[in-house]
Amino acid sequence: MPASSVLSDGNLEISLSEVYRSSPLGPVRRNLAGKSVLIAVSTQIEAALCLIDLDGHARRLVLVPPDVRTEALSAIIRDAEVDAIVCTDPQSYQHLGVPSLFRCHVKCDPNVPLDGRCRTEWLMLTSGTTGDPKIAVHTLAGLSGAIPQYQHTTPRPVWATFYDIRRYGGLQIFLRAMFGGASLILSRPGEALADHLARLEAAKVTHVSGTPTHWRRTLMSAASNHFHPSYVRLSGEIVDQGVLDALRAAHPGASIGHAYASTEAGVGFDVDDGLEGFPASYLDAPRNGVEIRLVDGALRLRSGRMASAYAGRPDLDLIGDDGFVDTGDMVEIRQGRCFFVGRRGGIINVGGLKVHPEEIESVINRHDAVRQSRVKPRKSPILGAIVVADIVLSRSDDDADAIKQDILALCRAYLPNHKIPALLNVVTSIEMTAGGKVSRQHA
Amino acid sequence: MSARLMIISAIEQVAKEQNKVLRPLTDDMELLDSGLDSLCFAILVARLEDKLGYDPFTASDDIEFPVTLGEFFAVYENARRAA
Repeated sequence: MPASSVLSDGNLEISLSEVYRSSPLGPVRRNLAGKSVLIAVSTQIEAALCLIDLDGHARRLVLVPPDVRTEALSAIIRDAEVDAIVCTDPQSYQHLGVPSLFRCHVKCDPNVPLDGRCRTEWLMLTSGTTGDPKIAVHTLAGLSGAIPQYQHTTPRPVWATFYDIRRYGGLQIFLRAMFGGASLILSRPGEALADHLARLEAAKVTHVSGTPTHWRRTLMSAASNHFHPSYVRLSGEIVDQGVLDALRAAHPGASIGHAYASTEAGVGFDVDDGLEGFPASYLDAPRNGVEIRLVDGALRLRSGRMASAYAGRPDLDLIGDDGFVDTGDMVEIRQGRCFFVGRRGGIINVGGLKVHPEEIESVINRHDAVRQSRVKPRKSPILGAIVVADIVLSRSDDDADAIKQDILALCRAYLPNHKIPALLNVVTSIEMTAGGKVSRQHA
Repeated sequence: MSARLMIISAIEQVAKEQNKVLRPLTDDMELLDSGLDSLCFAILVARLEDKLGYDPFTASDDIEFPVTLGEFFAVYENARRAA
């Protein structure tokens, strides 16, 4: 491991060689052998150090993203059989009745070696919007199954992600950096985007990943003018041609790719040809160990990267009878290419005709002046629902009415009548979930 | 602009956007013969709600759906008086 690679969030910076020589958690580590450990620390960098320290030592590592409601913790503790918590503030977890509570205090202790031999399960929360989160059970082998064999490249990449590493998309980047012996620059809780981008630029970050929503925010930030990664990766939401083209224009020298992954199904596939969707030939034969098929229009995946089960929920089948994970992501094939059209549950019913909001958004987003859009239903006494769209413009000084007419013309050219938004509202921003996706409260 | 003129202007706008050929708009014209389909009417009602501030079809449960354009105007007139 080269001494130059670091984990950093601006406040704390630790060299990877030090981390691998000694336990970042120090003496606390001894109390966590064989335990199911809830990692509820306040910063990503502490979470990263807990993972490095406890893999192979604890029975389970349960990653709690920062946006999880405290009321959801009891169910998580029950389902994941948590018997120890490592956290920033033990007092606020005392009422949960977990026998062992430890404060996370990072201090690399060379007297406490990393000597684990346990086959640790990594538990990740799904990002469902309603009810208690489900907990997907993974292993490090499955989580890292899609990571290319490390090759010595010069200069060594410097990774960053707009995701939180306690979510599946962010964890992939954490693992890519760690397996590649590369530096990883993490964001801090509540850090402003401009400050985060300035740190990424200062650290000469080369490889960056985020959702299309994350990337649109960076495109709208003046702070991104000096930010020029060589690899731009998108995942976690439908990637449309509009955002790919905008990123291509902003980062002409970068390679830009998108990936399909889900917390349950694991990493599915990468697309590097600069186009939205993926080639229908991906369905023909297994690619990189992943089988891909469509059943009733929904994408199903099977590979060694799938989660094995939902912890504590034997009543739920994570893997179907055919051995595949049903992702619930709907796909249409047009001219030899597969396009994502939306979520199975996110359909708007316009007088009996089904509409996926994402399909319309991808058409609207093709317009140069549109930075982001969100299509949603509006109650209609005549058809049950009609389709309306919120739009964020790239430049606030543009002629909004003329652009609206342009967008409607674009929609008329590519969409049947019931999918053309009945109303277009120009807004200044579109709400983003903690996971970096467009908020769809209506779904 | 009166509600009636606003409705006519909105009808013409929706017809244009949806590529519909409108019949001449007279009070006794039946809505189903107007050239507009139910999607057009759904859009029309939503637009008028935004312009006028009320949707007479949602506001009241016992409303009868108008058959002619004249009745459609009347539904909005009555709702305006009640508002």
